Amino acid sequence: MKVVHLQLSSCCGCLISLTDTYEKLLEILNKIELVYCQTLIDVREIKECDVALVEGAVCLEDEHSIELLKEVREKAKLVVALGACASFGGITRFCKGNQPPKPVHTSFVPISKVIKVDLSIPGCPPSPEQIVNIIEAVIKGDTEYLEPFIRLSENTETCGCEIIKVVNTSRCMGCGTCSASCPTRAITMVDGKPVVNTSICIKCGVCSVQCPRIEFPKILEKLEG
Amino acid sequence: MVLGNYRKIVSARSTIPEVLKKSQDGGIVSTIFIYGLENRLLDGVIVSDNGGNFYTIPKVATTPEEVLEAAGTKYSISPNISVLKKAAREYGCEKIGVVGTPCQIRATRKLIKYPVGFRHIADKIALLIGIFCMENFPYEGLKIIVEELCGVKMDDVVKLDIGKGKFWVYTRWGETKAIKLKETHAFESSACHICTDYTAELADISTGSVGSPDGWSTVIIRTEKGEEIFNKMVEEGYFKIKPIEEVKPGLGLVEKLAKTKKDKNSKEIEHRKVLGII
Repeated sequence: MKVVHLQLSSCCGCLISLTDTYEKLLEILNKIELVYCQTLIDVREIKECDVALVEGAVCLEDEHSIELLKEVREKAKLVVALGACASFGGITRFCKGNQPPKPVHTSFVPISKVIKVDLSIPGCPPSPEQIVNIIEAVIKGDTEYLEPFIRLSENTETCGCEIIKVVNTSRCMGCGTCSASCPTRAITMVDGKPVVNTSICIKCGVCSVQCPRIEFPKILEKLEG
Repeated sequence: MVLGNYRKIVSARSTIPEVLKKSQDGGIVSTIFIYGLENRLLDGVIVSDNGGNFYTIPKVATTPEEVLEAAGTKYSISPNISVLKKAAREYGCEKIGVVGTPCQIRATRKLIKYPVGFRHIADKIALLIGIFCMENFPYEGLKIIVEELCGVKMDDVVKLDIGKGKFWVYTRWGETKAIKLKETHAFESSACHICTDYTAELADISTGSVGSPDGWSTVIIRTEKGEEIFNKMVEEGYFKIKPIEEVKPGLGLVEKLAKTKKDKNSKEIEHRKVLGII
């Protein structure tokens, strides 16, 4: 399986997360052929591939980024938005330009605003295990496992407010998973319900994707072991 | 199957006197966690502590003493999963035991399979113990039941219990107050009404008082992992067990309640779909 990793406006944290799998990384690298990755290999041209992992939001003032992204869409069979910035804009949603060295770079949007995305993986960053699970599911063609991420690819917006909606529709039973998953600790459980500090929410989408009341995939009903 | 997949079901009771002094029924959860911690099968367990006046506080317990402190049912929402990351990161636990209501066990199974925001956590979850649950109460709801309906100050309560169709309050003066369970329905958490899991069908081991005699608990062993630890504990004398077929009221009651929850709440789910709020 040929894989392209393209980094747009991001911190490289999602790629680091993929490498944070210790010896498992070697196992994965054995299963895939990395044909383009700005950080890890010295290849200048994007090649035809089976999967493109795109990390980072796309800057609308940066024509080069937009072209790269479109090129990836043409050359890849499957485009995966890897992480919060690529999926929902994440922390780049708070950018407003006027910063050196590119003061005109003002607008950053999820890649699905520019191209069609097949899978979106939330998270800032998505956990190493999650990225590995997805790569393995893609290799196996396990669409059942990938279902939630396929659905998420139609979303371009998310934030802690999704969790509040669960409370508002009397679905929240107070398990606390959202609170534990939040990378900025923006969610505190008060009297058995989540309270979201929206001023530190980075719109990564993790809380809502972990919430068992927003979605409980059918494959989980099978008890293993 | 109304009880989910399982390997075997027994009625059991702890043999640890300290546990039985504090436990709700057979002391199953506390005994498994104490055994796990003492034998290094677990190095931290997530339990629901009594923060005073039965206000629940999720806690990471790393010693048998801390497990004992948290023994007993509290009948209010305890967001146990909220401290899961804390157990791994702040306490450095690598073999975590979790006790939870069916919904919390489901949440945990989801985060194991889809660990989007749980870096290096899934492989550290060693055991999931589920407790039978028909519904839960928000704390203020519980307070109304105890203080206004039963007429007991929260401060004076030593034990709360649900059984035989009644909600029971035991005071530190040795008094017992009870009201019909029907009277408590108005104070149930409404999120519980869209849950169809009564026996924590995705746990390694599920347990609850229903089906077994007073002081005993029904134990549903579901996975290989659960069976291994439970069998070892029986061999080493931590539990007395009886075949579920030989006890009263028996498995029939568990099945009846599980089915009731499924039927009633499936209807509620349909109702909410019509309202467009699900």
